Amino acid sequence: MNFILESFNQATNLILNLDRELLQIIFLSLKVSGIALFTATVIGLPLGAFVGLKRFVGRGLLITTLNTFMGLPPVVVGLFLYLMLSRSGPLGFLSLLYTPTAMIIAQTILAFPIVAGLTNSAVVRVAPIIKLASRSLGATSFQTTVTVIKEARYGIMSAVIAALGRVMAEVGAILIVGGNIAGYTRVMTTTIAMETDKGDFELAMALGIVLLLISLIINFFMFLIQKKGVREAPQ
Amino acid sequence: MRVRLTVSNIYKYYNGIPLFENCSYTFDRSGVYVLMGPNGSGKSTFLRMCALLESPDRGKINYFENKRALPKDINLMRRITLLLPEVGVFNTTVFKNVAYGLKIRGFKNNKIKEKVEEVLQFVGLIHKKEQNALTLSTGEKKRMGIARALVLEPEVLFLDEPTASVDWKNTEIIENIIIQLKKRLNSIIIIATHDKESTKRVGDFLLYIREGKIYKEHPDKQIP
Repeated sequence: MNFILESFNQATNLILNLDRELLQIIFLSLKVSGIALFTATVIGLPLGAFVGLKRFVGRGLLITTLNTFMGLPPVVVGLFLYLMLSRSGPLGFLSLLYTPTAMIIAQTILAFPIVAGLTNSAVVRVAPIIKLASRSLGATSFQTTVTVIKEARYGIMSAVIAALGRVMAEVGAILIVGGNIAGYTRVMTTTIAMETDKGDFELAMALGIVLLLISLIINFFMFLIQKKGVREAPQ
Repeated sequence: MRVRLTVSNIYKYYNGIPLFENCSYTFDRSGVYVLMGPNGSGKSTFLRMCALLESPDRGKINYFENKRALPKDINLMRRITLLLPEVGVFNTTVFKNVAYGLKIRGFKNNKIKEKVEEVLQFVGLIHKKEQNALTLSTGEKKRMGIARALVLEPEVLFLDEPTASVDWKNTEIIENIIIQLKKRLNSIIIIATHDKESTKRVGDFLLYIREGKIYKEHPDKQIP
């Protein structure tokens, strides 16, 4: 019990003293996850809206695929990406393995199905009646699409926040393709895993506290968004 | 050019079951046409086809002269409006809901404000203009839906079950709005309803869907 309290105290000290290594790791984590989330949103939002709004051959298969990909095991993504990016792999010439870019790609692959799948659900929920109402009032196809997306905004925001939660907590894939190189590809989750392995708990615990705080903030925003959505749609 | 809606030899099937077969009708006089028929007879489908939101399997729908009306003809779509039974309320204020049609047509903000406030006054919802439209009662939502359509001054207005699931007080208000509308707009108003009493109060022409066709009935006829 003592060593837990001691580690906790040391971890708190690291946070309060704004330890350089700690800040560097947090900054890289936020950078990698932020870029991955942005990319996942740019790909996933239009894809989810398209699948939700349009009827086309293979739509059911695409939805099933997206739903399956929402639960992709990170280590499988890491393995697949490793094979693609390794020197003898088809994308080996890009020399991306063990770089932050590889980690961003891995997190994007994990996050975009969440954004697309949940955006699709949000759009499908509002689409039929809003689409019809919008069209009946003289909206063009583009104006109708914009209206439906606007009406599904709370569901879409929840989708983005859920994806952020996934990328922030991810460890398996980025460890495989990032390699946990100090000062270069070392992020919060991979550092926690490594430091715990080594038996050095203070940095692991400090990062754990930061990660928990970030998770708390994400969930708080999610709660606010959902609350706003429910308040505005009391039906 | 004076508006004229012609439905020519339309066929519509649902899962192989015919809903309309060789159905034709011409709406060529302004006034209120009331379309009646039992549940599942195709009243709503008929309105959606006329409003170009759904296509018939065969046959054609013309506005004005012989040109076939198509949903991609946005200029035509903007001269007709349908109020859906569920209205399709946008998650925003009553004002913004009513302003929607004007905004997508590129009206200036001051013109939008003037028109929306006038029409909200007309339907008795001006005091609720800043309220979220989703918090309105069913009757108020229908009135807001009418306002949303009315502000566009359509040449053909379709009202699908405007008084369904509405209390007597709101039914009376909606009927009065329609009666006022007849005087105000020189348009064709087509209402699909189950409400026989309402039909007598607001209708100029009574139509009945029977076996996939539309028949004109005398307004005093006892509808089954």
